[in-house]
Amino acid sequence: MTTKEALYNFCLRLGDNNLILGQRLAEWCSNGPILEEDLAMTNMSLDNFGQAEYLYEYAAELEGKGNSADDLAFLRDEREYFNNLLVEQPNGDFAVTMMKEMLYSSFAVSLCEALSQSKDERLSGLAVRMTKEVKYHYRHSSEWLIRLGNGTDESRTRAQTALNELWMFTADLFTMNQTDKVLVKAGISVDMNDLLPVWRRSVEEVLKAAKFKVPQNCHMITGGIDGQHTEYLGHILCEMQYLQQAHPGAKW
Amino acid sequence: MNMTEEQKLAAFQARIDADDKIEPKDWMPEEYRLALIRQVSQHAHSEVIGMQPEGNWVLRAPTLRAKKILLAKIQDEGGHGLYLYSAAETLGIDRDEMIEQLHSGKAKYSNIFNYPALTWADIGAIGWLVDGAAIVNQVSLQRTSFGPYSRAMVRICKEESFHQRQGYEIMVNMMNGNIDQKKMAQDAMNRWWWPALMMFGPPDTDSPHTKLSMKWRIKRESNDTLRQRFIDKTVDQAHFIGLTVPDKDLKHNTKTEHWDIGPINWAEFYEVIKGNGPCNRQRMSHHIKVHNAGDWVRRAAMAFSVSEFNTKEELVTH
Amino acid sequence: MKKESSQLPLWEVFIQSKSGNPYKHAGSVHASDEKMALQNARDIYTRRGEGRSIWVVLSNNIAASLPADEDEFFDPADDKVYRHPTFYKIPEGVKNI
Repeated sequence: MTTKEALYNFCLRLGDNNLILGQRLAEWCSNGPILEEDLAMTNMSLDNFGQAEYLYEYAAELEGKGNSADDLAFLRDEREYFNNLLVEQPNGDFAVTMMKEMLYSSFAVSLCEALSQSKDERLSGLAVRMTKEVKYHYRHSSEWLIRLGNGTDESRTRAQTALNELWMFTADLFTMNQTDKVLVKAGISVDMNDLLPVWRRSVEEVLKAAKFKVPQNCHMITGGIDGQHTEYLGHILCEMQYLQQAHPGAKW
Repeated sequence: MNMTEEQKLAAFQARIDADDKIEPKDWMPEEYRLALIRQVSQHAHSEVIGMQPEGNWVLRAPTLRAKKILLAKIQDEGGHGLYLYSAAETLGIDRDEMIEQLHSGKAKYSNIFNYPALTWADIGAIGWLVDGAAIVNQVSLQRTSFGPYSRAMVRICKEESFHQRQGYEIMVNMMNGNIDQKKMAQDAMNRWWWPALMMFGPPDTDSPHTKLSMKWRIKRESNDTLRQRFIDKTVDQAHFIGLTVPDKDLKHNTKTEHWDIGPINWAEFYEVIKGNGPCNRQRMSHHIKVHNAGDWVRRAAMAFSVSEFNTKEELVTH
Repeated sequence: MKKESSQLPLWEVFIQSKSGNPYKHAGSVHASDEKMALQNARDIYTRRGEGRSIWVVLSNNIAASLPADEDEFFDPADDKVYRHPTFYKIPEGVKNI
């Protein structure tokens, strides 16, 4: 695998995380528990799609086959998306969505901060831009979890249940494959194991303040970065790709 | 100084006639306060209900750009709803009460949202025609007599123009597209044109609230005036991209320089207002379901708000 | 019997658009705490980059003068006109005053 191919895969991975997470957040449009929160989640979704677009644009250039960012976003098959499993999980209730958001964005913060030092100028530039936004997502979701944890019995229970259900997808965030090997060697990306303690620290801070317990002896499910997804991804893609697939070649 | 009710009313009318802005703590006739609560809260409800048909298509938007723009538009609409709820609350009603009124049917929302968004072209038609009609109405309302409502309208108008351009751009793209896209665009036009005209309300002769509303300058221009303004703008926009206006009686009047239209089906309008449109029940049950599902979240936030954990302290390092 | 309100407290929002400018009242938001109030204010009132700085204050903490007091509270300018710079005649050619 060449460095260029590895970078292409990596951009797809980051782009896919943003695309799928953005899509899940957009499901909350007109469904939020408070109107203000509808706006907040739409706002985060907008950030995600913006980031996805930048990453796909770069990936398309690296690929050099004349594809557009939209082609990459809308025309791949289930096994060709490299997002982590966490982002494709269903929204569930508001507690699940906020827990998912906190677990993912704390990872994204540590990753983006690390990538700001990347030897690839384009990638480091993107990472610097993204850091501000993911920090806001982390702030927003962690503050909500603190409210839910210190709110009512019901909110506490729902949020703890959310943590219990989502924890099994967290190891997947730190998996690596040949793409990472090549990029770490080239000084373009980082060893995910280095990010793990940073992530753990920020997650534990939130969970402590919100009084949640981390599930013990959890069997972890992985595979996202190799295109091995949960059954949910297929449905997400089906809906998202509908118009492009139904009208091949049409310009919108 | 002790004034009689009559004197107070006269002083109030004098302020209105001088185009003074009435602020929340100023003396106002009870009817004025109630009329404003009704109009402002219904305007707010309309923005919120309007998020439903568009939310329906945001997941299927055909490009990243279209998706981002639609998300930003929906966000704006929620934001507009919030400005308006905020303005209504200055009149002594709270959001819970307004939502209860919406759910019970006591408060209405714009009829237009009782129509379904069936295809992607509908999103174009909604942006271009529905937001276009709303803009004509809202520009006029910038001069409404109640301060908070007027200021909310000024804010909203500044943000609204991109909404209409978003919709029109979708129609332009489709009319420049393949044969299926052109058909889709014309089909959406056929279904949204007449309901958009009905957004301005019944003809002035049939409008019961209008007289008082105009006297107190809540409303600044008549339904028919605003409707004609919209028609004149929009017919040209339609023809420019090759869309046919679904009105066989449409004629350009060389004397008045206006477009004359065929008869509007007011029977349909009243049926939909009564609750018998295609989406009335769906829009309401959606709103009720979501509101109830969110109850535990609001309670949790409330409990946190009054708890000892609600401090200035930063519990996590951001 | 009225249902128990799940209504969050009301806050007034003030936005400073540029450094050096005054804070302008933009409207209100509902929020359970300061952090939520600030974030909601940002999402609702600064979507187009209108703000450099935001203040939020619980509406209950705002004291306001009543319009009925206007006459006594804001004494009419008529008899205190010496507070206005236009009252004074300054000879032509005098600068910086």
